[in-house]
Amino acid sequence: MTGTVVEPAVTRYDPSRPPLAKRIAAGLATPGGIVWVLLVALLVAVVVYNPQLAAPEQFLRLIARMAPVAIVAVGQYFVLVSGEFDLSMGAVIGVQVVLAGTLIGDDPSRILPVVLLMFAVAIVVGLVNGLVTTLLRVPGFITTLGTMLILSGLTFYATGGSAGQNPAEEFRVLGRSGLELPVLGYLPWAIVVLVAVVAVAAWLVRRPFGRLLLLSGDNPRVAHLAGSPVWWLQTRAYLLSALAATVAAILLVGYAGVHPSVGSGYEFTAITACVIGGVVLGGGRGWLLSAVAGALVLESLFTLLNFVGVAATWRPTVQGAIILVAMAVTVLRTIRRRRPPAAEVPPRSEPGAGEGAPAPATAPQQPRGT
Amino acid sequence: MSALARLRGGLGSTAGVYLVLLGVIVVAAVVVAAAGRNLFTPGNLTVLMTSIAVLGFVAIGQTLVILVGSLDLSVAYLVSLSSVLAAGTMAGASGGTVPGIVTALVATAVIGALTGCLVAYLQLSGFIASLGVGLLVAGYLASYYRGTTGKASPELAAFGSASIGPLPVPTLLMLACLVLAVVLVGRTRMGMHLLAVGGDAHVARMSGVRAGTPVVVAHALSGLCAGIAGVVIVARLGVGSPTVGEQGGYDLLSIAAVVLGGASLAGGRGSLWGTLGGILIFAVVDSAMGILQVNPFLKEVVRGVVIVAAVALYARRAAPLVRRRFAAGAGPEPAEASAATAAGPTAPVTEGAER
Repeated sequence: MTGTVVEPAVTRYDPSRPPLAKRIAAGLATPGGIVWVLLVALLVAVVVYNPQLAAPEQFLRLIARMAPVAIVAVGQYFVLVSGEFDLSMGAVIGVQVVLAGTLIGDDPSRILPVVLLMFAVAIVVGLVNGLVTTLLRVPGFITTLGTMLILSGLTFYATGGSAGQNPAEEFRVLGRSGLELPVLGYLPWAIVVLVAVVAVAAWLVRRPFGRLLLLSGDNPRVAHLAGSPVWWLQTRAYLLSALAATVAAILLVGYAGVHPSVGSGYEFTAITACVIGGVVLGGGRGWLLSAVAGALVLESLFTLLNFVGVAATWRPTVQGAIILVAMAVTVLRTIRRRRPPAAEVPPRSEPGAGEGAPAPATAPQQPRGT
Repeated sequence: MSALARLRGGLGSTAGVYLVLLGVIVVAAVVVAAAGRNLFTPGNLTVLMTSIAVLGFVAIGQTLVILVGSLDLSVAYLVSLSSVLAAGTMAGASGGTVPGIVTALVATAVIGALTGCLVAYLQLSGFIASLGVGLLVAGYLASYYRGTTGKASPELAAFGSASIGPLPVPTLLMLACLVLAVVLVGRTRMGMHLLAVGGDAHVARMSGVRAGTPVVVAHALSGLCAGIAGVVIVARLGVGSPTVGEQGGYDLLSIAAVVLGGASLAGGRGSLWGTLGGILIFAVVDSAMGILQVNPFLKEVVRGVVIVAAVALYARRAAPLVRRRFAAGAGPEPAEASAATAAGPTAPVTEGAER
């Protein structure tokens, strides 16, 4: 840390950006980048273990099964980067699945009003989570724990805890069937929905909303002083999270059926997925697409273990181990990278990916000498 | 006006918790009385006192962990682990009491300490480290145990059902542990270090505190407390169960009890007496609903409402706008560093001044 003259060059446009290949290499070295390498490796392993999956149709079906988790992870991403947690996502899925099952019944004409009702419920839940957290200053962890208890309690009370009747087949189409296409052969609707959700989310992250959300998660004080309405940003993050849970619920009705505990555990799986994708708990850092990749990594790992013949009871252990390993690797890398005096990665302001580099501008801030 | 201001000022502290508790007791008593029953019969009070033991133990450990600025999501699985280890080892034999209890407590304390090391020396956030470790344990429990196992020794079963006057012995033991923990936090050097690291790990380190040790100690004690809770469950039920901790929801409920007790999830602020108040709030609401024979699923709903409403009552004043990261332990914090690119060198200073 001695001898380097520090320039506050972080925000300045640098005409001598390194070539694309180098930037991709540098990106892959971040936690949000490694996850893609991991994903490709796992998918290849899955296909090697089960060559049938090499057929595009089977492969797409495999990905389609992962769509709900990935969509929930997208919702959780917005809340996590804003510096909070959403523990109520699983309960929201339960509510929506039961609502769809009981209200639609066999009558296809009720699909539209019920779907509208489901989204209205999601908006209410998101608003309550957001406003209680921001305006009443209850920690988001506690708020969403409360809404989780309330929603799951109500769902179980309404259903008595037993499975319900499946709604009309027309409603379940999204989760269980797909499009016949000339080239791919078969494209499950779930993948279309997933791509749409991710596209909208990626667009939102690049909007002023997304940038300010990351800022407010990183440093709410600065965001506040800069004039952005932190409370409204975070409330919108909770809204998006509840809406994502609802979309996931619509897919889940398709192939998992109607049961109040369909969504249980999804909130922690989604948090795990985001963390594997390099999202930092506490907010301000993380790349949306990597969070999605994290969800796919988690699911393909479970699929692989299934093929290898590991009992399903070990799933939690695998999930725990991958969390710990992913985080430990991230931390060790960060520590190692900070040891040499100058930063090897040039400072840049990359959209969304805050994971970039602890830039040289931070060097004088480390008064400690180890 | 000034009285109101003073009242508001005090609401973040333990006094506020007990004020809310008082309000909850009054409301519960009125509701129960309206149904023609009495909340304060000796029988009901004994049930109430019995019900706080297990969650109490877990919450004591959770308080220590939250005070040091971390979080323990593994306690539910540790409770289950302790129960199957204790019951499995003693297998109903008198001679097995001590080995059973020791096995269970050593296992949970060691696992707690491991979590603590991950938090302190690898700088994982407590949320992630304890979630990961908890899931590791969960997979082990699911793979090796089917249904209930083992059997409590006669001595342990006697301990579980004994009571001195109206107070059950496990609850008394819990209160004794609570006092020990209060002494630890308030009267010992380790306690001071714990609070210092929880308040600001960086400042604590600059002041010469080894920031890792209190984190490891707090997590180990949390594991130990979860272990004791598991043993108490064996004493009550007579068997060990691999799912008892999860079913009890002790991980999230203990965190809720601690926050209900006025602690800050960011660490450094909170009190064990407050946590006791938080547990009592839960217990009073639960026992009132038990007397009224409320549907168990609706109980969850009421619990959720109580948690949010109670915390909202005194969180408004206390919680700073800036939520600190859960990061605890030694070493540079990469997060802080790039926040500073926006805020400049003053960022750590203002964050420190928040509290």
